[in-house]
Amino acid sequence: MTDSQTGTLQVKQGFAQMFKGGVIMDVVTADQARIAEAAGATAVMALERVPADIRKDGGVARMSDPSMIKEIIGAVTIPVMAKARIGHIVEAQILQALGVDFIDESEVLTPADDQFHILKHGFKVPFVCGAKNLGEALRRIGEGASMIRTKGEAGTGNVIEAVRHARTILGEIRAIQTRPPEELMTVARDLQAPYDLIQYVHAHGKLPVVNFAAGGIATPADAALMMHLGLDGVFVGSGIFKSDNPERRAHAIVKAVTHFDNPDMLAEISENLGAPMTGINIDDLIPAERLASRGW
Amino acid sequence: MTQPTLGVLALQGAFREHRQRLETLGATVKEVRLPADLHGLSGLIIPGGESTTMARLMTDYALLQPVRDFHTRGGAIWGTCAGAILLARDIQGAPPQFGVQDSLSLMDIQVRRNAFGRQVDSFTTPLKVTGLEQPFPAVFIRAPVIESVGEGVEVLAQHNGQVVLARQGRLMASSFHPELTPDPRLHELFLDLVNETVLETA
Repeated sequence: MTDSQTGTLQVKQGFAQMFKGGVIMDVVTADQARIAEAAGATAVMALERVPADIRKDGGVARMSDPSMIKEIIGAVTIPVMAKARIGHIVEAQILQALGVDFIDESEVLTPADDQFHILKHGFKVPFVCGAKNLGEALRRIGEGASMIRTKGEAGTGNVIEAVRHARTILGEIRAIQTRPPEELMTVARDLQAPYDLIQYVHAHGKLPVVNFAAGGIATPADAALMMHLGLDGVFVGSGIFKSDNPERRAHAIVKAVTHFDNPDMLAEISENLGAPMTGINIDDLIPAERLASRGW
Repeated sequence: MTQPTLGVLALQGAFREHRQRLETLGATVKEVRLPADLHGLSGLIIPGGESTTMARLMTDYALLQPVRDFHTRGGAIWGTCAGAILLARDIQGAPPQFGVQDSLSLMDIQVRRNAFGRQVDSFTTPLKVTGLEQPFPAVFIRAPVIESVGEGVEVLAQHNGQVVLARQGRLMASSFHPELTPDPRLHELFLDLVNETVLETA
């Protein structure tokens, strides 16, 4: 049939809907990708170093080597995501050419542009972007992001920032719903967000795209907490493969996201997982080490 | 006649969209996460999402056999995308590390996963469906196709010669996502199927 269309907003946003109630796991090798798939991950994020190592090693963090991404694509049947630097149009084009299923324009990598994010509408492949507040989330959606995640503070194993960002975004959504329509243009000005998206939030009480948690989730209880707050699913970065027993922990987090409102089951799921990643107290981070402050 | 209660398997994926669509059509809907949740249902939708994730969670909480029993007792089941994969007797394109992928093995169809390619190949198309006057706006996302069907399986729609919607008794499988479009006609079709089944078993 000649009426078939690819790369439409419906196909891109609809794909993100399929991740809901699921866990997307950072992996750096094909073996880790297979472990994630067997544990029940709904997708894997292929990258060269997990955020905890990026933090430790320092230097410039860039898009991964295409050969490594291709190897991971070949190793699993679930969707494969990969990260491009904020504003790095060409890294995104390369990832699309490689057949990556979703691109994360990510603050975890060193930004390529401190002013402008990628115009994501121009791509057939969908994008996910991080946000700390509603204005930022709606600006990214305005540029074409098909999925939003909290920035949290990646590589810390500390959930506080993800909670802060989730509460901020969801709280701002609730606040907009209480406003009369004539105040929405002023709300758009104050949040620096597109007016039509403010109108959407006012009418529907949610973002027009799927909204995930990311940045510091290390335990099944952390994952269930983010679901409890009202997010649609979770990304786990360093939390799995920096822990003592990645298989068990990965599988436990998958179960915790499905059964997040069943404490008896969560108690059982959380048993005997071995040590989680050590983690970092966010108060100890100097401002320059905060990844969440990258992007606007 | 009392309105039958329907279930939506809510382990992972787009279960909320199915639930909302059914509720708009006046159905009572329960989310199914554990075997006990199947009690009292006349129909069950297995939504889109990741089939490997759902199969893993069905195995973890011993749901595969109870869902098969639910069908044997007279329950109607509709699988969309990942759900269609889970219904199939034969799955092609399983993860290489798995060899064979767990499924309900209820419907006499062979399904190939990710048959159209990766996400950049996902598409929408107006689809001609047997019994519907106007084409259905079908959304295919990393979709499977039904490569072959057994006896007693009725093909309801094809795209470029490949089967994408089929029915066998009180089982329905679609490789696309009717829950992502506002068009209610396939959910109505499933509700009719449930109601027929309820009458037959009454």
